[in-house]
Amino acid sequence: MNTELLNFTPLAVLIPFFGAGFAFAFYRNKSAQRAITVGALVLTVILEVTMLSQVWNGGAHAIHLAGWPAPFGIVMVIDRFAALMLVVSSIITLCVLLYAVGQGAAEEKDDSGPVSIFYPTYLILVAGVSNAFLAGDLFNLYVGFEIFLTASYVLLTLGGGESRIRAGVTYVVVSIVSSMLFLITIGMIYAATGTVNLADLALKLGDLDPSTQLTLHVMLLVAFGIKAAVFPLAFWLPDSYPTAPAPVTAVFAGLLTKVGIYAMIRTETLLFPGERINTALMIVAALTMIVGILGALAQADIKRMLSFTLISHIGYLVFGLALSSIIGMAATIYYVAHHITIQTTLFLVTGLIERRSGTSNVLRLGGLAKISPVLGLLFFIPAMNLAGIPPFSGFVGKLGMMQGGIAENTWITWTLVIASVLTSLLTLMAVARIWTRGFWRKPEDADETPERQLMSKTLAHSRAANKRYLPMSMVAPTATLVAMSLAFSVFAGPLMDFSRAAAQDMYERTPYLEAVFGPERTEGVREELEEFAATFLIDYELDDDGAADHAPVETSLQPDDEDAVVVPEIPDGDDQ
Amino acid sequence: MSIAIAVGLLTAAAVYLFMQRGMVRIVLGFVLASHAANLMLFAAGNTAFRGVPYVGSGEVGEQADPLPQAFVLTAIVIAFSITMFMVTLAITTTTDDDTEDVEVSPARLLAADRGDTKDAGFFGLTTESGDIVVEHGEDETGEPWPEKIPGPVTPAETQEGDAR
Repeated sequence: MNTELLNFTPLAVLIPFFGAGFAFAFYRNKSAQRAITVGALVLTVILEVTMLSQVWNGGAHAIHLAGWPAPFGIVMVIDRFAALMLVVSSIITLCVLLYAVGQGAAEEKDDSGPVSIFYPTYLILVAGVSNAFLAGDLFNLYVGFEIFLTASYVLLTLGGGESRIRAGVTYVVVSIVSSMLFLITIGMIYAATGTVNLADLALKLGDLDPSTQLTLHVMLLVAFGIKAAVFPLAFWLPDSYPTAPAPVTAVFAGLLTKVGIYAMIRTETLLFPGERINTALMIVAALTMIVGILGALAQADIKRMLSFTLISHIGYLVFGLALSSIIGMAATIYYVAHHITIQTTLFLVTGLIERRSGTSNVLRLGGLAKISPVLGLLFFIPAMNLAGIPPFSGFVGKLGMMQGGIAENTWITWTLVIASVLTSLLTLMAVARIWTRGFWRKPEDADETPERQLMSKTLAHSRAANKRYLPMSMVAPTATLVAMSLAFSVFAGPLMDFSRAAAQDMYERTPYLEAVFGPERTEGVREELEEFAATFLIDYELDDDGAADHAPVETSLQPDDEDAVVVPEIPDGDDQ
Repeated sequence: MSIAIAVGLLTAAAVYLFMQRGMVRIVLGFVLASHAANLMLFAAGNTAFRGVPYVGSGEVGEQADPLPQAFVLTAIVIAFSITMFMVTLAITTTTDDDTEDVEVSPARLLAADRGDTKDAGFFGLTTESGDIVVEHGEDETGEPWPEKIPGPVTPAETQEGDAR
């Protein structure tokens, strides 16, 4: 591993920030602003892909900002998981930005929004998300959250409009309540341990009184749970997201909840590993899945429907992280990456549907598949992917989680497996309803008066209108994202191996600690940590290149094999 | 002890204010909540230690812990900017700071009492004074209505216009 290159990691935060500054400076010149924003994001993507390739084969790297040693200074840590999240998120944000640029160009006439602040705010959002992914201490994580949340407040209420402001108020108030909780928890953690450095906390939190640990643990999870839209804390989401413009909703849906999930995963693996509240988390996960998808079934508006499926699929991620096994966590990591892509894509496609037909209300849609087959394809692939139909990546991720659940083999994990199958089927139903209504039936058959834009005299007329309504500059970024989601299934093998390595690192915690503190301090606790990790990890045979756990036929569904799988395998020292 | 009481009082007041429907009260609630959180962060650093926190300038047991103070400073700045943003949200677009749906807003109910429910149901009647703000159709004409308070759109639009 070439660690020198990784020392440029903070640029992932700084480039968007500087880009934002310059974009502000050029607020009078829209094209310069656009060029700066796109350029900054392209640079960020290149940088982050380089970093991912650096950490692909080997562990974590910490950057001590300004050279202050670990528990005192600010640390940025990049490990496999963080690098993957960074790359996926910045590719997503770049595609959404290109889509927004396309939309802006297409809607030049009625361009009522103050575009001069859209680009810089968008870059600040990216910087905040990157900062949250890289944060090596709790307070920096809080700052990262605040940066992207403040940017998101602005993006959500951009352009005024009463309904948008009203939705924005809900979102802002809920977000600041969760931020307050997070800040209070940071204060409590600092009072209990005297540090906010994540690596230092990983070592110190274990010595606390179990009841104190539980309080801190639950408070952190509640604060992150509001941001991640986990079931009882998710009701703000479907009310606030759909009112924003399509690109903004897309990037919110894809990224913001996932940053909450990212923080939850860090909490569960680095700070409070163990099975203390796994059962509670699983119940929450099951409720999130079921309640979310039932809500989705009741919606007629595609955007609202997608917001509810977003909540529902957060349940899968919570399930995966509550499993406390390498296979479960590996599936979660894979699924996060998949879900960011797929949810963003679906919202972008919905934006296209809205442009083409003038509405996103499925009761007034019809005949889109005939009018624009491209649009049909762009919707069909991610929709099937969301439902988890086999060749697509959603299936791979869900399969991994179910494998983990079945391998753990308790009543609660079986309940969760059943709930996730059910949710998957209901998701299929929800998207199939949109497909049959919006795309397959004739516009004349719509439940309510169909939109005028759909009722052209001949097919040739409506095909001709496609060019006006669906400019290439908007279709191309969407198609790129669809292609990326397909790539997740094509490269599922290497990605799954990568996720497994990331999960192993995260549970063992030694690579992270070693990166932050250096080898001396870590050596003393290494054995203890490894023993601790081995007590609750379900590990798999790795001799057969992972065939046993990647090939569906070889799952532990057969009850006879179950013992062979559940027995934890204590890793030898050479493995590290 | 006094800090604990202060945090408790501030939090209670903040929760009460969060429950109100006026946006300005929610903003005040947020201000109080952020004060509570900041005091809490202060308390985390043990307020009994008041010495100068430079290395070598005092006894280790007496030096204040600078870290929570740095946290509090950061948190104050963040809370301040968000407060400003929320106040802006409170006065933008709508003519009152009500956060509930228009159907049940006091202005609407007042209008219903006066017997002009039909108009209130069709147009957006949102002022407490009884002035009718017809928001219907504003996008077609593009002209701001006299009663409307300009939103964040307008200044930026003018800038765009200047540039051209």
